[in-house]
Amino acid sequence: MSAENDGGRFDRLPATAEDRSVEGRPTRTEVIGWWTDRFGLKPELFESYTFWEKGAGKIWIFAADLESPAAVEGLGMTFLRARQEHWKPTTDAVQRFGRAAERNVVVLEEADAKAFLHGETTDPAWDGDWGYLIAAHEIAGGIEPIGVGLYLYGELRSQMPKGRQREF
Amino acid sequence: MDPLSRYDTLVDDPTAFHAACKRPLPSVVRVNEIKATPGRVQRAFEEAGVEFEPVGWHNGLFRLGADESPGNSWPFVHGWVYGQEEVSTVPAIALDPQPGERVLDCCAAPGSKTTQLAARMNDRGLLVGNDNNLGRLSALRSNAERCGVTNLIVTRQDARNFSLKSFSQTPFDRVLVDVPCSCEGTVRKNPDAVESWSLDHVEGIAGVQKGILGRSLEVTRPGGTVVYSTCTFAPEENEAVLQHAIENHDCELVAFDLSLRSVPGVTEWNGETYDDSMRRAKRIYPHHNDTGGFFCAKLEVGQ
Repeated sequence: MSAENDGGRFDRLPATAEDRSVEGRPTRTEVIGWWTDRFGLKPELFESYTFWEKGAGKIWIFAADLESPAAVEGLGMTFLRARQEHWKPTTDAVQRFGRAAERNVVVLEEADAKAFLHGETTDPAWDGDWGYLIAAHEIAGGIEPIGVGLYLYGELRSQMPKGRQREF
Repeated sequence: MDPLSRYDTLVDDPTAFHAACKRPLPSVVRVNEIKATPGRVQRAFEEAGVEFEPVGWHNGLFRLGADESPGNSWPFVHGWVYGQEEVSTVPAIALDPQPGERVLDCCAAPGSKTTQLAARMNDRGLLVGNDNNLGRLSALRSNAERCGVTNLIVTRQDARNFSLKSFSQTPFDRVLVDVPCSCEGTVRKNPDAVESWSLDHVEGIAGVQKGILGRSLEVTRPGGTVVYSTCTFAPEENEAVLQHAIENHDCELVAFDLSLRSVPGVTEWNGETYDDSMRRAKRIYPHHNDTGGFFCAKLEVGQ
């Protein structure tokens, strides 16, 4: 019989499916694989990190390691929402790791970038995949990720969390 | 009477001291080097027409124009900058944490110094940000996330009894002890700090500070470093707390470099005398650098 996820603590993800003891828990390999497949990032980028679940499907990325399970308030950064049909990256992770992405990045014009930040739906030119994209814009000589957009039926729905939305 | 007058015998120029305490403080941002460089932030400010000037003594700080609101700009949204007072950057500089080390910030929320420590560690190693207030912890979490910090563990404990249970009982290489205080040095942005001043409060909080510093010394490895800081002038909360620490723990004050103007800690106050090594601590007065007021000392734990 397999154990259940305990939402009050952090558990390190199993490396692979063979190591899994909690039913439905994503593996380290799957989590890294999702990011590298979706955004063309190199797996080496995540080599030195550990990955944790707290709350069903809420995956955290941590730069060091700790004994598992860990009863602490926070461990690294929220990274990915898994355990549902479509896995969804977090705003924090996209801002932190998305700069190196090679695909599924939609670069917005300034007016659309501001609307996106404000939580609005926009309709940028895009003929790539549907689903979760990294919404970015050009600033200070480079492309910088803003957050996560859900691209469906020709429009980009901003997924900026309420507390991160701004109008300026 | 202005409670700050009790320090007239400690400062070189009381008139300039009081005048500086009455002036509002300029808004300052620190560049978060986990996500950006000073050059890129400067370019983004220029593109957006933000009024700013670099701070001479620290190349990752910018003073903003009086009408600028740091929270409402792309550099803030991207986590490239953090609104932080100049003097508040001093303790992390004094602590000087290195990538890969184990570091504790025992009174961490809302996180300006914690995120600065993470950046100085290059987001590598293990950084613990502790606080005992749930609301303040949520601010710490969100500030750390915006800054892209991935090496932070957030804990909720009373710093006077900080437990190493979650950390395999392994002590830290360095601990930042930026304690709750009477905040006299923040009077330029928060006049309430002085309006609600009382000696009872100063003496009460000094007891808490002694408890926090004592426990912090206990969870630091032999030879490790502890930095003690406050944003207040009261020797009761500064040198007297350090005196208590060196009398009760195997540790000593050590010198550290700082390119901001400061004066040595005091060895006498209101009939009390303190160890000569208090002169290795630094007092920062508002009229010397046009900043807030601050106190910072660096200690080394015995081998």
